Amino acid sequence: MATALEASRPDTPSSEELDYRWTLNFGPQHPATHTTLRLVLQIEGERVVEATPDIGYLHSGFEKIGEHLNFNQYVTVTDRMNYISPLANNVAWHNAVEKLLGIEVPKRCQYIRVILVELARISDHLLCNGACALDTGAFTAFLYAFNEREKLMHLFETLCGARFTTSYTRTGGLMYDLTPAFISELRGWLKTFPAVFADVLRLLNRNRIFVERTKGIGVLTKAEAISRSATGPIARASGVTRDLRKDQPYMSYQDFDFNVICSKEGDCFHRYLVRMDEITESLKIIHQALENLPAGPVNVDADERTILPDKSKVYNTIEGLISHFEVVMTNRGFQTPLAECYSAIESPNGELGFYLVGDGSEIAYRARCRPPSYIHFAMFPHLIRGHLVSDIVAVLGSLNVIAAELDR
Amino acid sequence: MADTATLDKLKARFGEADWKAGDRLPSASPGESRIVVPQSQLAKYLKFLKTDCGFDLLVDVTCVDYLHFRNAKDRFGLVYCLANTTTSERLIVRCYLNEPDLTVESAVPLWEGANWLEREVYDMFGIVFGGHPDLRRILLPDEFADHPLRKDYPLRGRGERHNFHRLTREEG
Repeated sequence: MATALEASRPDTPSSEELDYRWTLNFGPQHPATHTTLRLVLQIEGERVVEATPDIGYLHSGFEKIGEHLNFNQYVTVTDRMNYISPLANNVAWHNAVEKLLGIEVPKRCQYIRVILVELARISDHLLCNGACALDTGAFTAFLYAFNEREKLMHLFETLCGARFTTSYTRTGGLMYDLTPAFISELRGWLKTFPAVFADVLRLLNRNRIFVERTKGIGVLTKAEAISRSATGPIARASGVTRDLRKDQPYMSYQDFDFNVICSKEGDCFHRYLVRMDEITESLKIIHQALENLPAGPVNVDADERTILPDKSKVYNTIEGLISHFEVVMTNRGFQTPLAECYSAIESPNGELGFYLVGDGSEIAYRARCRPPSYIHFAMFPHLIRGHLVSDIVAVLGSLNVIAAELDR
Repeated sequence: MADTATLDKLKARFGEADWKAGDRLPSASPGESRIVVPQSQLAKYLKFLKTDCGFDLLVDVTCVDYLHFRNAKDRFGLVYCLANTTTSERLIVRCYLNEPDLTVESAVPLWEGANWLEREVYDMFGIVFGGHPDLRRILLPDEFADHPLRKDYPLRGRGERHNFHRLTREEG
């Protein structure tokens, strides 16, 4: 791509500069990027003068597909956006759909969704911090974190039969209620996890190589974080106290007692620390939600005509049979208002929002996703400028860029 | 939901006629506030909202093509989602555009974060942001001719994938 190269060149390089400055191509297939993204670097010695990201290698038109799949079908595509925390994407998508339709899901469903998003957050932060540690020379911590994440993956498999492509939510509820097997397995994991997590922290917090490779690298000030639209742990590590779970409580987050973790430094190390402390807070939320899990149905009433009714109702009552057909028949389905809405959740990576336009049918007229990875990766040239080539992996790791969400 | 204070400030600064959403379709969802601003004054409104009303965070910039939308008057609708990081107030700013004049002023001087967001809107819809420092395609290859999120572009594309130029070893 000649144009990306041209754009990264300064306008009038002097001859001395040209002698020292050279161009390094990083990616799109490089093990340290973890995903498919490309950087064109201008380097003087070991120092990065300018970095120009070139993205789009994984662009698959998710937003265009969103205009052709119905609301329940599209949840399978959201799995594939940020595949590190698919459950959070599922919940974000259906929260937006329910806001458009004006449905409020039952309390039990809200609590279950909270538990799942927090589990997704833990799994995301474990992988993000583990991979960042792996790239900066701390291999052992990565193995511990990855092993715990594997247990979470197993937990998701118990939940819905899939490890990554969960697609667990439905418009107005969930695929089905939590099973007793899942709850007991989750309780077991909650007992064993804190000890391993403490080990991971001990392996990294005072690990001299890890600390020196991340402290003071890629500093983002508070003003820059706001101006560059940063959200989530990256903004909070720079001193922005914004957390949608506290500021605009959705899905019963107001019922739980937890802290918003912030830091003032805004470098890679503090982004790591904020993520690690968020894991502790997520554990608190999961404990509270699990102990106070309300009884009752997980899905909205069949009268809403968005969700398939119970099989016992379908077979034994005429109303149940009618509402079953109302949902499954291709010329029926449910109706959306001629309205548009923006709805966001605090996903592990930041604010994950959907801008939906309804045109009466059960297929979105426009399904815009506000991808946190995309917005955070736009900051990358700013964060890496003036640092060394070896710092690239530290900054990339701390931004937690997932290319599938970046390119959609 | 925007506070009434914000709407009062807007009224004091710009009068009322311009930004009232009115009965445009599609309407905003309940609990969400939005204003509709004229194309030529977009940057002025955004600047006022940022400096005087405290909307310091640009959450998202996107666009909707209303080509096949029932009873819609305009072709394109730009969406700016703004938020206040201290009060968590939210506001959606809409700006409707029609062919052939698909140009608005860029928001990059106000928010650095607008850079890639506007590039994506340009890439997908062909809206031109005047004064943007680096308005190139971002997700699609540079030689791509269409704007695929427009409603007149087919889901399966126009054969770009099959006719994609392959670089041979000799050429490279």
